[in-house]
Order: sequence, then C-alpha cells, then structure tokens
Amino acid sequence: MKFGVVVFPGTWSDRDCGWVIDQVLGAELQYLWHKDADLKGCDCIILPGGFAYGDYLRTGAIARFAPVMEKIGNFADRGGLVWGICNGFQILCEAGLLPGALLRNASLEFRCQWTNLVVERTDLPFTSQCSEREVIHVPISHGEGNYFADPATLSRLEQRGQVVFRYCDATGHVTNSANPNGSVHNIAGIVNARGNVLGMMPHPERCSEIELGGTDGLKLFRSVAASAMKVLVS
Amino acid sequence: MIARVIVTPKPVVNDPQGITVKQGLATLGFSEVSDVRVGKYIEMRLEAGSEHEARERVEAMCKQLLANHVIEDYRFDIETDGHKRR
Repeated sequence: MKFGVVVFPGTWSDRDCGWVIDQVLGAELQYLWHKDADLKGCDCIILPGGFAYGDYLRTGAIARFAPVMEKIGNFADRGGLVWGICNGFQILCEAGLLPGALLRNASLEFRCQWTNLVVERTDLPFTSQCSEREVIHVPISHGEGNYFADPATLSRLEQRGQVVFRYCDATGHVTNSANPNGSVHNIAGIVNARGNVLGMMPHPERCSEIELGGTDGLKLFRSVAASAMKVLVS
Repeated sequence: MIARVIVTPKPVVNDPQGITVKQGLATLGFSEVSDVRVGKYIEMRLEAGSEHEARERVEAMCKQLLANHVIEDYRFDIETDGHKRR
C-alpha cells in the first residue's frame, strides 16, 4: 500500500500525515509536489490540511488548478482512493470532486478543539475498521469548516448515504451544541457517490498515537491499508 | 478596459460576517440597517476588442474562478473610455 501525500505551497499537515503513514502504520509513503504530473504509483492520495496557495480568493480555489490536481481527478475517475482532510476537503469541493462548499464557521472563530464524530458508513475503504455507528474522537482545526450544500444536493447526499461523519455528543447524539462550525446536518465528512473520494474537516492524522491524546484517527488509516490488502487477495 | 466584479454570498447562504457587521452597526446606533451581506470586490484591467468580448471573457472568469457558484453570486461593470455599463 503506497500513500501519496500532496504538498502545495502553504500545506501544513503533510508531515503529520507522513509520520502516521510511515512511522505509525508502517506503510509506504510518497510526497507529491503540487507541480508533479505523475502520481508515482500511489494507491491512495491524501490532500492534507493547511492553507494551499494561502487560500487566496477562497479556500482551495487556486489549489484546484495545480498540475497534480488534474492527475488526481483522472485517478478518482478510475476509482482511485482520494482522501481530503481539512483544506484537502475544501480543495475537493472547489475541484468539483465532491459536492457543496465550506463556509466561514458560523461563530466566525477559528476552532481548534476535540470533536466527537458518529461514523455512518463502515462499508467504505476509509472506515472499514470502525464499527457500526461508532463514535470516534477526532480534533478539528479550521476557520472555514461550515459545510454547505443547496437543499437538493443535501437531500441527494442523505438519500444516497454519502454522509460519512457527523458531529455528535459523546453518546452519539447529533445535536446543535455538538456542531462546532454550523455545518448543515452536522456534516463533518462526505464521500462521493462511488465511495472512493472522501472529504472531512477533522484531522485523523492528529489522533493516531496515544501520546497525542487518542488513536481513533489511526482506524481510518488502517482501513485504507486493509482495503488495499483486500484488493490484493480478491 | 476596466472590469469591476462584485461577488456576494447567495441569499440562501447564511452570512455570519454580515450578521456580525449588522450587530456592530446596531451597537453604534445605526439601527435602521436591517440586513448586511459581506462580499468581495475585484477590479481588473484588461484588453478586449469590444465591450461585448470583454463581457464574455469576464463572465467566463467569474464562472471558472472568481466566484464559487455553489455559494456565491456575481455581477460586474465594464468601463470603456470612461463609460460605465452594467
């Protein structure tokens, strides 16, 4: 299993993702520069958090034109695994690989805190190691994570079960007070209809070692690694 | 020519910046303000053979980059030889 971690000017979570892949998971790691026009045989592409191209104009607006993004779009079309975390989620929405957009947090504040997420899909390559409706503990760190989609898009997402993670309280109840940024329907992460492109605002790479306060994030990395094993076996 | 593009959040999009600015204005005594929407202003100098051509090009720029159609509306003016048209 070879993970590709994309680095744009302004990306800041690339080394955190790389550390988890390489040092904690023990999988193969390849950093991909935004100017790369080749995905170097990676099986899963991660778009990490940060402020790609300074988030000028809008979050992710300029990053989506990077040469590497065209290749990632083709890779996703062929069913390749693409995983956008935080700024990566914003980029995937701007690129049209996921529906909707991420607005300024309703509080107007940058939020850096732990959140609880209920996992609503466990049949995906990203979540297979989670149990049904498991509540995982994952931190957020963003100023623009307020997920928005128009009502028609939103009902389509819900009907097709494309909401993967929702902000909830410690017991798994999806409440207003558990929503840190004003996202519609408490949405923290969604997947495309085919199930191979995931976008999420919370940071699993920051909770993959007990020293960092939790290891729930590692379940997602392990899921992706396990999905590759399944492909090899089948 | 000069193109002046205004990008605003769509009416269906909640605009917390606008709400906060409205509250600030109310605190200062401007209680007559009932709604505030905060957007972006983009000014561009460009070459074009005609106003029509400039308009088509700016429209394409708005669609492809300057505005995100999911959350934003846009409108623009084109100024040619000191004449401003909407």
